[in-house]
Amino acid sequence: MTIKSRFWISLIFSLPMFFEMILKPFGWMLPGHTYTMFILTTIVMAISARPFLHSAWAAFKNHHANMDTLVAIGTATAYVYSIYAMFTGQDVFFESAAFVITFILLGQVFEEKMRNNANSSVEKLLNLQVKEAEVIVDGKSQMVPLDDIKVGDVIRVRPGQKIAVDGEIIEGSSTVDESMITGESMPVTKKVGDKVIGSTLNNTGTFLFKADKVGKDTMLAQIVEMVKKAQNSHAPIQKTADKIANIFVPVVLIIAILTYLVWYVFLGNSNISSLLFAVSVVIIACPCALGIATPTALMVGTGRSAKMGILIKDGEVLEATDKIDTVVFDKTGTITEGKPKVTDIIGNKDEVLQIAASLEKNSEHPLATAIMDKAIEQQLELFEVNEFMAVEGKGITGSIAEQRVVVGNTKLIEDWNIFQELQEKMKNLQSEAKTVVVVGKNDEVIGLIAIQDIPKATSAKAISDLEKRGLKTVMLTGDNQQVAEVIANEVGIDEVIADVLPQDKAHHIEMLQDQGRNVAFVGDGINDAPALTTANVGIAMGAGTDIAIESGGIVLVKNDLEDVVKALMMSEKTFNRIKLNLFWAFIYNGLGIPVAAGIFSGIGLTLSPELAGLAMAFSSISVMISSLMLNRVKIA
Amino acid sequence: MITKIIALVIGIALIGFISWWFFGKHEKEAVTADVADNVQEVTVKVDGGYSPETVVLKKGVPAVINFYRKDPSSCLEQVVFSDFGISKMLPENENTKIEINTDKAGEYGFACGMNMFHGKVIIK
Repeated sequence: MTIKSRFWISLIFSLPMFFEMILKPFGWMLPGHTYTMFILTTIVMAISARPFLHSAWAAFKNHHANMDTLVAIGTATAYVYSIYAMFTGQDVFFESAAFVITFILLGQVFEEKMRNNANSSVEKLLNLQVKEAEVIVDGKSQMVPLDDIKVGDVIRVRPGQKIAVDGEIIEGSSTVDESMITGESMPVTKKVGDKVIGSTLNNTGTFLFKADKVGKDTMLAQIVEMVKKAQNSHAPIQKTADKIANIFVPVVLIIAILTYLVWYVFLGNSNISSLLFAVSVVIIACPCALGIATPTALMVGTGRSAKMGILIKDGEVLEATDKIDTVVFDKTGTITEGKPKVTDIIGNKDEVLQIAASLEKNSEHPLATAIMDKAIEQQLELFEVNEFMAVEGKGITGSIAEQRVVVGNTKLIEDWNIFQELQEKMKNLQSEAKTVVVVGKNDEVIGLIAIQDIPKATSAKAISDLEKRGLKTVMLTGDNQQVAEVIANEVGIDEVIADVLPQDKAHHIEMLQDQGRNVAFVGDGINDAPALTTANVGIAMGAGTDIAIESGGIVLVKNDLEDVVKALMMSEKTFNRIKLNLFWAFIYNGLGIPVAAGIFSGIGLTLSPELAGLAMAFSSISVMISSLMLNRVKIA
Repeated sequence: MITKIIALVIGIALIGFISWWFFGKHEKEAVTADVADNVQEVTVKVDGGYSPETVVLKKGVPAVINFYRKDPSSCLEQVVFSDFGISKMLPENENTKIEINTDKAGEYGFACGMNMFHGKVIIK
């Protein structure tokens, strides 16, 4: 029988007794009074309370005690005593047993509902998957179920369709809504060679892509796996609560017996009111709220983070994140874009860029890529180059329309004339940590192109947000001190550690830790694995579809530093919520037990078993609500 | 007066019994899974706790633990292996199969959803 139907049965059979309680002062009583109450309560005990009794007995045989033990003992005491009282003509309190059962079941009905609510986030993620996809086999398209798609299959995606699995576009282009995976609200433009993520939504264009990850390897599957693990993990803070819960119930039973003995034997109270105090103690003490304080908050917190593209590994990481005081960033690809871009062009802009791009057309050098990107962005036409020649370590020479042209570094034009003005500009640019490329025509320098790995648009904001939260920021880079400092100043980093070899990153983190700092390291998951594991909290920035789940305690699906701020905030909020929940759960029991035991009866403060049952139900519900509120806290 | 003395004696006796029953040492046996056809299987009855509470599995052999829940209490409706990230609802009076990865030796705890009942798996 479901909890719900047990609740309804117990409510229906308790109601007549409730009316009697209210109407008694006006002289109304149930027909048959005591015997009717006996019959009603017996039905409640036999049907609604039976599972409590069963479970309590089974646990008892295993030398265990749990909340069912408390409910069973509390209500059974009231019930059995009332039967005895009925036959000996004394006051009965059948209604207490029935009301307590009703209230506790009410609490459980709500709790079950809310738990399903909190639990659903992972399942919602899995529902994002499509059932089948249009696979091209031998030039013909056919619908293939998701499970049968293999790596290497070519899949067509039409406008408005979901992408089935992870892969790379081989034909066509489109914009894709990736918000369900990355949390990025703007659609992303995708062209040939770009990666697409399974379960994201294609907007406008039609394209073909080649599947490179299917089944368990897709990004979505990995995210779901990670969230599931996080939601079932334990936070270290919970250990105390667990220890208490283990010995809690027997201790409560002992307290209840002592309560009865003190009232009845030593204070000369009546048997029935002493018994009521004892029953109240047993009922109020149910440690349910204590048990669900951490898991529910963890479940809601990690689930909500996942929706924002922030994957938190487990409760341990959450607790460690709360203690972080220093955030160390890798520079390239983390603070900066990770690929050089043209920042300044000196001279006749179009001509300078046109000549440079024409010469660099066939080069694979990163600087060449930057120049080409800029030329494409400006939609410049390229010239035909003759006598093309690459000069090792210097640059490229060639001729365009019978004129000799060059592009390269300063070594290429060592013996050329260069105007004073250009020379100064070059110095300025270099002092801004930019790489300067010179462009020449007919033995004369006609312009300069400055190239730099520029910070991401959001980096400066993210770092100032971190500083507002009172965190120290440190940049770790292999660049020289001067270059590193320019970037650091631009985004507002406190401290720079330059000239670091890749393999020494972890060592520098250790040195910071030796100064007593709690360090979070932000880097990309692939190259920085040792540093990520050494840090108290490793934050791995996602690079496309390759989320290296093992390397980071926190994985950011999107490549955006603002998410570091969000991740820290979300961890803090979740952890604070756990503390708050534990605090309230302890208070409930800590204050509830003395009140129920009648310690404050001198000032008129007592708790009947019914009220104790209501308070008990309310404590679990309030903890659940408190956890679900995490879904609503503002994360800027 | 007599009733009060009787109540006192019974009360103290009850306290003594509770302390002994719940806090005293009560050794429980570990059960080793049966291996057949390269799969090891063991059944854990869920009724007021887990019996057996300790399950011993052989390292490297695929393992299945059958949880058979007889207890109607919602306390035990879920079993969580936090080390493996497994969390399963256990329907009443049904067998629920849970596959355990036995690649790494060690002791792994499992518990009910509210973390009040505990058991453990030893892989060696």
